[in-house]
Amino acid sequence: MAQVKSRSKPKRAKTTRKKSTGSAAANEQATLRAEEVTVIYPTALGEGVHALEKVSLSMGPGDFVVALGASGCGKTTFLNLLAGFIQPTHGQVTLGGKPIAGPGADRGVVFQKHALLPWLKVLQNVTFGLKLQGVQKEKRREMARKYINLVGLKDFEDKNIYELSGGMQQRVGLARALTSDPAALLMDEPLGALDALTRDNMQELILDVWRETNKAIFFITHSVEEALFLATKLIVMSPRPGRITHEYDLDFCHRFFECRDARKVKSMPDFIKMREEIITIIRGDELEGGNIHV
Amino acid sequence: MSDVTVREGAYLSRFGKLFSAGPVKPGDSFGAPGMGNSTSIAIATAIALFALWWIVTAPGLGPMIKPLFLPSPGQVWAKFISVSTEGYQDRTLGEHTWASVQRIFVAFFLAAVIGIPIGIAMATNRVFRGIFDPPIEFYRPLPPLGYLPLTVIWFGIGETQKLVLLFLAMFAPMVLNTRAGVRSVAIEQIHAAYSLGASRAQVLWHVILKGAMPEILTGMRIGIGFGWTTLVAAELVATESGLGAMIMSASEFLVTSVVIMGIIVIGIIAYSFDLLMRWIERKVVPWKGRV
Repeated sequence: MAQVKSRSKPKRAKTTRKKSTGSAAANEQATLRAEEVTVIYPTALGEGVHALEKVSLSMGPGDFVVALGASGCGKTTFLNLLAGFIQPTHGQVTLGGKPIAGPGADRGVVFQKHALLPWLKVLQNVTFGLKLQGVQKEKRREMARKYINLVGLKDFEDKNIYELSGGMQQRVGLARALTSDPAALLMDEPLGALDALTRDNMQELILDVWRETNKAIFFITHSVEEALFLATKLIVMSPRPGRITHEYDLDFCHRFFECRDARKVKSMPDFIKMREEIITIIRGDELEGGNIHV
Repeated sequence: MSDVTVREGAYLSRFGKLFSAGPVKPGDSFGAPGMGNSTSIAIATAIALFALWWIVTAPGLGPMIKPLFLPSPGQVWAKFISVSTEGYQDRTLGEHTWASVQRIFVAFFLAAVIGIPIGIAMATNRVFRGIFDPPIEFYRPLPPLGYLPLTVIWFGIGETQKLVLLFLAMFAPMVLNTRAGVRSVAIEQIHAAYSLGASRAQVLWHVILKGAMPEILTGMRIGIGFGWTTLVAAELVATESGLGAMIMSASEFLVTSVVIMGIIVIGIIAYSFDLLMRWIERKVVPWKGRV
């Protein structure tokens, strides 16, 4: 497998990327950085499984990083590392230069499912983080409303979680993560369990939320199209050991902001060309791992 | 001849239908085990059992079963009235029932207040798990009648001994269910709370305790059920009050009608309480099994 990092040269879209709101110093404060992190899971026999091998990544406000790769490539391990759920065996993860010791409100996480609290209504789920921080009830409702409106949950505030569809539940998860105003959003296959149409809608919603809030986003998906459509930076990871093999700078999301037509963007010739290229890479990894039988 | 076989065949196929996976009604799923409503069959069974009881004890020329072994429903009902008003062994049925209910609920309260926190501590802390696991797992399968003599030796023959026995019967299922409940909380919910800035204590209070609630309530339900099963054993020694004591003393004097009446009263109270617990469960954890 090619270890060389290939970089595509996409034509910059004419639209200017939304300027990040702070100074360069403020950006540095909100930069999430992984420095040559290695994660080795211990095994009963041998030297352990290298889930990640010297992975480096830097993401600041306005970056939309999407991780793609064959199963077992360490995408989720990497997200767990950024979130602070696990610690690296070697290397370190820093936020604003400070090493990360565990999970915290400065990195919001959106999970695939089962992460909402069913004993709380929609509004209480969204304000949960603020409640933990001891914000007054009226104040936290006011703060949460902004994000509830942003994700289109205005009329669902008093609903129970289990009364909502999967797509609606993910909106709650997104609003909840945003309400703590984290420096970065970490999303672990948030759309994996949704049907195709809902998924397309949610992709657009996530892009709009991202543009509105200018957060750094780290997003895991299995869908190549989704990855290309959302990412400003796409990283392709390979298993055994888990590592980043390819990085691409992309601008399809900006093209979407220009024309507001997702299907048009997804059927552009260079979109299709990129899609095929990446499918070929991932398929190669899967074949090597014996996940696909020809 | 052929006509008869056809009819027999029809009966057989109708009978067979009760157990076969036939075509499904709209709204049902093919092959789902135990489909359909069983209420009518349950009512029919209850009526049939009662009728059987009534027939085999009917006076007539002499009942099939002597009242010593099985008194008739009428005799049991008469006993119910007389014990309710005049009493048995100087106490009315209401007083016996009150004595038992009091014991059960005091023991239930103590078992819940002590058992649930210990269950949480065991599930969240290896030290507590190491300390409490061996004694609880050792005594849990023992029959209460087996350690009854020990409770008498250690706690005497007073009210304490009865409470201890009932407490022990309820304590283990509450601890074990609470443990299972904590383990059943999704790690994503816990991670989500930490990512929102929760402290360990906040995760415990706002996520783990709430998430374990369905299993904790199940534990309480099972616990109080065990309490009722242990009642007679608890009231075996040196007491004249309580439904268990009433049954035991009636059996010594071969007053079978009081024994049966006592059993029915215990059954009705225990079942009513189970219904109450299920109602509470629907109110407290309406989300159970829906997420």
